[in-house]
Amino acid sequence: MCGIAGALNLIAAQGTPLPDLQAMLAMLTHRGPEEAGFYADDRVGLAHARLSIVGVSNGLQPIPNEEGTIWAICNGEFFNYVELRNGLRSRGHQFRTDSDTEVLVHLYEEQGWQAIEALNGQFALALWDARQQRLMLGRDRLGVRPLFYTTYQGQFLFASEIKALFAAGVPRQLDAHGLAEVFTLWSPLPGGSIMAGVREVLPGHVLFAHPGTSEVRQPVYWQLRFPAVEDLEQRAPEEYVEEIRAALHEATRLRLRADVPVGAYLSGGLDSTLISSIAQSQLPHQLHTFSVAFHDAAYDERSYQFRVAEQLGTLHHVIECDADSIRATLPDVLWHTEVPLLRLTPVAMYLLSQLVHQHGLKVMLSGEGADEFFGGYDIFKETMVRRFWARQPDSRLRPLLLSRIYEHIADLQALAPEMLRPFFGQHLTETHLPYYSHILRWQNTSRTHRLFAPDLVASLADYHVVDAIAARLPSEMMRWEPLARAQYTEISTFLSAYLLGSQGDRVGMAHAVECRHPFLDPHVVALSNRIPARWKLRGLRGEKYILRRAAQGIAPEEIVGRLKQPYRAPIRSVFNGRPLPDYAQELLSEAAIRASGIFTPQAVRLLVAKAQKSPAFSEVDQMAFIGVLTMQMIHHMFISDWDHQMATRRRDLRMTRLG
Amino acid sequence: MEIKERIREFIVENCLFGDTSVDLTDDTALLDTGIIDSTGVIELVLFISENFGLEVPAEDMLPENFNSIARLHAYLEQRVSVS
Repeated sequence: MCGIAGALNLIAAQGTPLPDLQAMLAMLTHRGPEEAGFYADDRVGLAHARLSIVGVSNGLQPIPNEEGTIWAICNGEFFNYVELRNGLRSRGHQFRTDSDTEVLVHLYEEQGWQAIEALNGQFALALWDARQQRLMLGRDRLGVRPLFYTTYQGQFLFASEIKALFAAGVPRQLDAHGLAEVFTLWSPLPGGSIMAGVREVLPGHVLFAHPGTSEVRQPVYWQLRFPAVEDLEQRAPEEYVEEIRAALHEATRLRLRADVPVGAYLSGGLDSTLISSIAQSQLPHQLHTFSVAFHDAAYDERSYQFRVAEQLGTLHHVIECDADSIRATLPDVLWHTEVPLLRLTPVAMYLLSQLVHQHGLKVMLSGEGADEFFGGYDIFKETMVRRFWARQPDSRLRPLLLSRIYEHIADLQALAPEMLRPFFGQHLTETHLPYYSHILRWQNTSRTHRLFAPDLVASLADYHVVDAIAARLPSEMMRWEPLARAQYTEISTFLSAYLLGSQGDRVGMAHAVECRHPFLDPHVVALSNRIPARWKLRGLRGEKYILRRAAQGIAPEEIVGRLKQPYRAPIRSVFNGRPLPDYAQELLSEAAIRASGIFTPQAVRLLVAKAQKSPAFSEVDQMAFIGVLTMQMIHHMFISDWDHQMATRRRDLRMTRLG
Repeated sequence: MEIKERIREFIVENCLFGDTSVDLTDDTALLDTGIIDSTGVIELVLFISENFGLEVPAEDMLPENFNSIARLHAYLEQRVSVS
């Protein structure tokens, strides 16, 4: 796991110097603190900061082919590198390192860019092919690892994080569309960012750039797809149970591959418990497990975590996440996410990776992806209930099912069915829309746009986030089952764009901790997408039905039968009834709000007063408050105070020149 | 201040954060337009309790009483006169 950066001269005059690779890499050393290497000639430069996990002693990157005509750098892992390397060796390739990145170089020699299809991993890579004069970037299927790029002054620049592009002198300006997207979806749409001109390579895509042209191409190599209703398999659930067990065992086995110890995150829910159970059964020694406990009892799952750890016999570690630690840590978290947050769970994950780092570990297994691929989220149930209700829109009883789904939201329980109708009955009969499942959520979140300053609102007059999403959805989507449509929408707009980024890679790599996700293994994904919806979601209490059955006898029984609790950090109790932290008072002051120009000062004043004093602080209010505060932080760190931030936060590594 | 105006001011400040571009007449629908969400209903109940001394029972939390400033006003008049 690592940080990568680089540049290519596109149409800049010959002799134009490349950007300062050392300065770029100095912004990424938290991702790869152990050693650094670079390759540079007069038109291309590749740099790599390394966190050694595989091939520890001889894996310095960039890695060339035998002739030195191909150079590659990679952030991430190819878990099936052993199998791929054996095949390559038998076909005559010579290996000089034990690094999995070398597999890519030889595979590329054989198969060209389509070699990427053979990789089972989570990665962001760059490869310079001097013979074809072509730079190739690539990202894993679901976008676990980040990779940003831009063109500036005739050069193409790329890096694991945006801050490295800024360190190379790329102009720093906010992108209005990106902001509208974040305050609707919690993240920019895949491929975009909140910074003008800065893009991200799409998950499942490669990107090509050539000297002599400013055009870049981005072909797709993998897409998320579900079967059409008429093509659904008709198999017994027992068969799926066996397949799921086999696929998860194999996915976990591959992800335990490392030359350093691998631990596991344990939330106390089904997914991480199942992965920890499988991992512990495969290991000859005790697994280290790590958990977050919350001071706010409504969010705390520590009793389950302890019981699982005890039953599995793991070495368990807990970090207490309280209001003070959240308040103290928030600015550092934003330095890493580079995107404003609308909730605070990434802070908890940041504190957790810090604990892992303090225990000397750098690789963690996680249960991320199970809810998306096996039907675990409340929004899937909500969609089913709304579709059921839409068939009889006048029904008095059908909306009552909604308060059953959201049993953890106390406010809803107080409301009569007539009162649920205005909230959940909007767009009720628009079931012909492929994104029907997410209309209400996006509409709710976008109420935070009320805080936007008039100039920002004006610049967004012709931009509609939902239309932009709709335009990207696959045309065949309406042939899929309704649950599959909701899954697709959730995975493409939330898992890849937010969970794996702000709440995944960025807060893990802040402390040089790599998370590995067995549920995102391509074989597990392909299998889950074949399973008909009726085996994923069975009634209001039957989420992840087939996965639960597969977990029986493997994970502790008490967890297999437990209903999902949303994994989230508190907000209200962190800011209510006490003064704001100093940084927040400054960032939310009328002067600071006017200076950044993003929000309306009066609206922010009312919102802040409400956050501190009001006994009722809705979900939308919470998102708005955290969104405004963290957006102000982003503006401060990456725009107005950048020079100072860069100077104090950069960490230089000695770079070894290769080639 | 008239009751309707106090309700209007509360909604503008607490739910719209001062956004006066929303056309908030006596008859503007509050619930299905998203001006007030499910927590907003609870906020309104608290506001009524603190400002008019009236505890709204759960069975009265209905759209017919809450879906516009005019309806809220009518509900308050009726309840306050009864008690």
